[in-house]
Amino acid sequence: MTVEDCVIISKKNIAKGVFDIWVKCPQIVAEAKAGQFIDVKCDNFTLRRPISICDIDNKKGQIRLVFEIRGEGTDWLAAKNVGDCIDLLGPLGNGFFLGKTDKPAVFVGGGIGVPPLLAASKPFGANATAILGFRSACAVILKEDYEHNGASVTICTDDGTAGRHGLVTVPLEERLDAQECAVVFACGPKQMLKAVARICDKRGVMCFVSMEERMACGVGACLSCACKVKYEGEEKYFHVCKNGPVFNAKTIVW
Amino acid sequence: MTKPDISVNIAGVKLNNPVIAASGSFGYGREYAKLFELKELGGISLKGMTLEGRNGNPPPRVAETPSGMLNCVGLQNPGIDYFLENELPFLKKQETVLISNIAGNTISDYCGLAERLSETDIDMIELNISCPNVKKGGAAFGTDCESAAGVTREVRRHCKKPLIVKLSPAAADITAIAQAVEAEGADAVSLINTLLGMRIDIKSRRPVLSNNAGGLSGAAIFPVALRMVWQTARRVKIPVIGMGGVTKWQDAIEMLLAGACAVQVGTATFGDPYAMIKIRDGIENYLIENNYESLCDIVGKVIPNPNGIL
Repeated sequence: MTVEDCVIISKKNIAKGVFDIWVKCPQIVAEAKAGQFIDVKCDNFTLRRPISICDIDNKKGQIRLVFEIRGEGTDWLAAKNVGDCIDLLGPLGNGFFLGKTDKPAVFVGGGIGVPPLLAASKPFGANATAILGFRSACAVILKEDYEHNGASVTICTDDGTAGRHGLVTVPLEERLDAQECAVVFACGPKQMLKAVARICDKRGVMCFVSMEERMACGVGACLSCACKVKYEGEEKYFHVCKNGPVFNAKTIVW
Repeated sequence: MTKPDISVNIAGVKLNNPVIAASGSFGYGREYAKLFELKELGGISLKGMTLEGRNGNPPPRVAETPSGMLNCVGLQNPGIDYFLENELPFLKKQETVLISNIAGNTISDYCGLAERLSETDIDMIELNISCPNVKKGGAAFGTDCESAAGVTREVRRHCKKPLIVKLSPAAADITAIAQAVEAEGADAVSLINTLLGMRIDIKSRRPVLSNNAGGLSGAAIFPVALRMVWQTARRVKIPVIGMGGVTKWQDAIEMLLAGACAVQVGTATFGDPYAMIKIRDGIENYLIENNYESLCDIVGKVIPNPNGIL
């Protein structure tokens, strides 16, 4: 964990209100793992903004952040341009425990929950299946990136304007029932994660979910980002920033 | 030129500098120890502790506000047994002053904590009678003189460590509370805890926080805190520790001028984990630039307007 001033190397607007930036941060990259996040300092705001790491380029010492404008902080970040410097704290949290990457794995992402899974899918190559859900065709992001890493990709949209019409849960069930799968990784809206966890649980498939909660310190000191988990027979609040953001889905109290 | 003396003595405990991490913002120090050595700080007021572990309130527990934030964490902590076994050994090695912030539902809870902590290597105890986020105890003890005096009197009998009482800005007259706890043997007061605030999500029409309301902290409350510190410091003889929105070194200087002997810093750390180190260095540079030898040259040295009605 370090605080680093990072230059924005590239910036693309990849969907309405969604930005894709690469930032130079060799110190953070030296420790970063798929599934971790960084906390961005936004000028004149009290709190940093947590953003998941989408991809890591160890050679160039860069990380990729794909974020959506959700409020004033991300709006401030979206106005930053190539060459500008941003102050990042990270890497934070625990990444995905990938296990054996020569076994088939399924990645289920919903909306802005799609970027945090990209780096995790990479080492699985052709063993990865990505089932990615979006509101509409215009909101589809990173399809080619998953395909480039070797994954077979199924797109779902709420309105049927791209890929399959409907929720990610239908192709997920089909996939799990048709072929072997060692592990499922999921990130997206809480209702989606809950449904994915239930589907995996029924079939005895290991499932890891990346959770989100309103956060303040980002490091585990303030105890704001509480997430209820089953621990030693009791229900307890763990913290997304320190104990997560990735949790074994079986432990979450939905 | 020799470096100015920025150490401070509070109730017989020497702090290397007047910048203390505020309770609830710094956990038990482990997380930020990855960024800097904790001995850089004057002290740490540890996360509010209760006899038994507490789970705290459901999320969302935090909401940003203009120049500040609201929280309703609700004293989540693992309890004193866990703390003594698993956290204190690490903290003892850090060469900084350790302040245990204690809370409870009843006076007997507070007394039990004070008694047990008196037998440990904790340097000071901070009586939290000002947490706004719990049903029982907390601010319920801190908003009227009688109950504040009552809990201080009882805890004093069980507490062998220097006792700081952390005051609530929700009291009608915080200076009266300060005087009441001073009369019962408090060694120092720290103020202010958070102010009760609220945000509503206009899409869902629901309050943002699970508790509906929560404690407001950050730069937004600094002027309120400063005024209360100034008023209180003129009314009590015991040391006053100033807190509430201290974000940069200039804020700390204002607090010291108003009469605080030290400051606590909380919310500022979330934006800049090094905020406290920068504040400490800024205080030292201010003393150097003004040819002051020690903090004594500035503490309480505000020059009030003689015709001011407050």
